[in-house]
Amino acid sequence: MKFLSLNRELATNFLVDFVRAEVTKFGFDKVVLGLSGGIDSALSAAFAARALGPSNVLAYAMPHRDSAATSLEDAKTVADSLGIPLEVVDITAAVEALREGLACDDAVGLGNIKARTRMICLYEKSRSERALVLGTSNKTELLLGYGTQHADMASGLNPLGDLYKTQVFALSEHIGLPRAVIDKPPSADLWVGQKDEDELGFTYAEVDRLLVRMIDRRESNDDLVEDGFTREFVERIRAKVRNAQYKRQAPILAKVGLRTIGIDFLYHRDWGR
Amino acid sequence: MSVRRPFTACLAQTSPVLGDVEQNLEQHAAAIENAKGEEAGLIVFPELALTGYRLRDLTYEVAMRRDDPVVEQLARHSRGIDILTGFIEESEDHRFYNVAAYFSAGRLLHVHRKVYLPTYGLFEEGRFFAEGTRFDAFETGLGRIGVLVCEDVWHLSSAYAYFLQDVDWLLVISSGPGRGLPEAGKEPSSGKAWNSVLVACAGFFQVGVIFVNRVGWEDGVKFWGGSKYVDPAGEIRGEAGQVDPQLVFVDLDPRDLRLARINTPVRRDERPSILAQLIDRLAKEGRVV
Repeated sequence: MKFLSLNRELATNFLVDFVRAEVTKFGFDKVVLGLSGGIDSALSAAFAARALGPSNVLAYAMPHRDSAATSLEDAKTVADSLGIPLEVVDITAAVEALREGLACDDAVGLGNIKARTRMICLYEKSRSERALVLGTSNKTELLLGYGTQHADMASGLNPLGDLYKTQVFALSEHIGLPRAVIDKPPSADLWVGQKDEDELGFTYAEVDRLLVRMIDRRESNDDLVEDGFTREFVERIRAKVRNAQYKRQAPILAKVGLRTIGIDFLYHRDWGR
Repeated sequence: MSVRRPFTACLAQTSPVLGDVEQNLEQHAAAIENAKGEEAGLIVFPELALTGYRLRDLTYEVAMRRDDPVVEQLARHSRGIDILTGFIEESEDHRFYNVAAYFSAGRLLHVHRKVYLPTYGLFEEGRFFAEGTRFDAFETGLGRIGVLVCEDVWHLSSAYAYFLQDVDWLLVISSGPGRGLPEAGKEPSSGKAWNSVLVACAGFFQVGVIFVNRVGWEDGVKFWGGSKYVDPAGEIRGEAGQVDPQLVFVDLDPRDLRLARINTPVRRDERPSILAQLIDRLAKEGRVV
């Protein structure tokens, strides 16, 4: 698929340079990230290890007692292959306390609690280690809204945010991530047996072929249907992208004053950097 | 016409700090010192090298009048070397221009206000800046010069305007951001397109083209450098990398201008009156503004 094809060497160097520049600019030399055992966090960690040196990438595996055993094993494999330190922080007690306190018996609700508990752990490590939180959400997830707000979507900088999942696979091959991580079916592992593609109802390969044309090439639904995508699929994905817009931005403010943050108080984050 | 002599130019491919004029002035001073040590006759900095590019509301905070102490300090640096650099100029009537300022022999010699302000995609210049309205060539000790800022050069009429004014050297300064990584097996497309435009300018107009583009990142947007000198025959004579701040020294030789204009005397044969008549007719018909 030519629209998803990348010059892998150039893209890798580009994203490594991004991590180095945007971390050091703010006076940091380290990052922290959650290593789930999946491909996204592995690739983010690999970029950071090249950018900052392996010892400056502090990885955390944060299993819950219901997490798949393979998740922790794969996280260890990734950390070993990159030579980065890995600490295991068990989130079972914290999650169970919240589950009880909130009387939460909903699978998605509990999944969100796990994801947000991991965010809390990472931001505490960010403080104690004086390190930025490195994001691991890819463009496919961000566009579809397939992530938890203020959880896995929270970070200080994210080298994967403009890479479709298909491109994450391609760069992971290029950079030589462990086979086990590349080959296993993607899973958020928020409940037993969860698989991304089962839950979504389509494969990443299918949706990426559609998204790159819908978003990057601005093609209309009619053009996409003419080229062989079903109308149901095209309309469903476009609705998902629209409905998830709120997740991708800061809360809206009511304009009261002369200059309002985000509306006409406009500065980039690298202000003075 | 003054006697043209060969000279060395320093392409100062810097990575400006966003919104911090003081730090950027220090970058300038260091590069100028270095270039003087190499006996360069000219040093060229990128677009908005004194302020950074993605300014938004910082525009009003970093803007300077022509008599600002920073501008006067740059003028003092230009004793012994000509300097071209970029900043935001605030006019008497409080318009804010993206300018390229040329300093020579201790004074501000010329200011070009960017005419074509990109306002599409990631570009927001038209929202914050006022448009320049002129392409004025000017005489220096190094030859006759025309200055363009980034998007200006994508309008062929801009370089043509300088061609009509018989410039020797075209100085193009830029903050060119990467927009889309290339497919497998291909090089970055913006760099390639820029190269074609710069080489075409040299080829169409028999001028030496100096291009200085910045490097570094601003909020996830990367500027791709690739500063270079294209000689009047269209050959790339010196080129910086795409990642790091760098000073590249190139030699400019007026004999190259002479030879190119003997080999291909398009300026001698050009008939601007045909274009003038066309524009005049189209204007009367209401088809150009």
